[in-house]
Amino acid sequence: MSAEALTENSPASDFWLGVRASIPTVVAASPFALLFGALAVDNGMSVTEATLMSATIYGGASQMVGIELFGHQVAPWLIVLSIFAVNFRHVLYSASVGPRLAHWPPIKQAIAYFFLVDPQYAEAEVKSERGEEVTFVWYMGMALPIYILWVALSAAGATFGGLIPNPHAIGLDFLLPIYFLGLVTEFRDRPLWLPVVLISAAASILAYKFVGSPWHVSIGAAAGIVFAAAMPKRGAAL
Amino acid sequence: MSTTLWIILAGALVTYATRVGGHLVLSRFEHVHPRVEAGLNAVPAAVLTTLVAPAALGAGPVEWAALGLAGAVSLRGGLLPMFLVGAAVLIIGRHLVG
Repeated sequence: MSAEALTENSPASDFWLGVRASIPTVVAASPFALLFGALAVDNGMSVTEATLMSATIYGGASQMVGIELFGHQVAPWLIVLSIFAVNFRHVLYSASVGPRLAHWPPIKQAIAYFFLVDPQYAEAEVKSERGEEVTFVWYMGMALPIYILWVALSAAGATFGGLIPNPHAIGLDFLLPIYFLGLVTEFRDRPLWLPVVLISAAASILAYKFVGSPWHVSIGAAAGIVFAAAMPKRGAAL
Repeated sequence: MSTTLWIILAGALVTYATRVGGHLVLSRFEHVHPRVEAGLNAVPAAVLTTLVAPAALGAGPVEWAALGLAGAVSLRGGLLPMFLVGAAVLIIGRHLVG
């Protein structure tokens, strides 16, 4: 993205590059953290439980689904299963980003996988797509601001429930799709990008209508991935 | 321990399993088949698209304008400019359209 990113970086500047990469996510996720905290308390959780959920699960969409079901007195195992279903896409992230972290010491890898949320994965892929090394320092520089803000603002939202007077007016509900679209276009140089995007979009919309959330994520993604794997030769078609 | 605590900790455990599991399973294989590699190459675009498409379809003109302009910016500029443009269009649009 910028000239200094192409040179060898000191650990400190590598850390700050990571922090800079976290900014869009921090901006986009902060309102959701507040909202999550407020909704969790609204659905019968304590402030401590809401905060603990953000600190240990650290996955916005799955936490939202979790507290929604929690509020409806759904069986505990079903809540856990739903959290698993929403987060299942991380298996793919993990498999895909794994080789880029494989040269780190195991303990650092174990720590890094805990923080492997959507934007973290995408930025790591984007970085290595540019031919840069994904370092642990850079990775944590991006992960820590997001994580700390996520946990702190969940606690704040849980404590001051009605903090957001009109979430719709500040675009709260639609900031993440915009950000995710930006991430999608970052990968436009990859083989079969356009057909994969079109197929996954169509499949996720159909699954959303006929199967329901959160399965549209797994089904839509599977359609694009299977298509890419089934094509005869990489990049030959387009 | 309360049931709620169990739900949270079990949820955390299965989530961590998804984040570390893909790598643990795949790293057992010496060679990655070209089709598997092609599939893995498609993962980010495929997954991230599913977080946009249904949300876009269920939205209105203001959201479409925000996505469209942000998308156009993303083809030229980086992630942060596109995000800020999208957020600005969204907030201004909603104030105008209500």
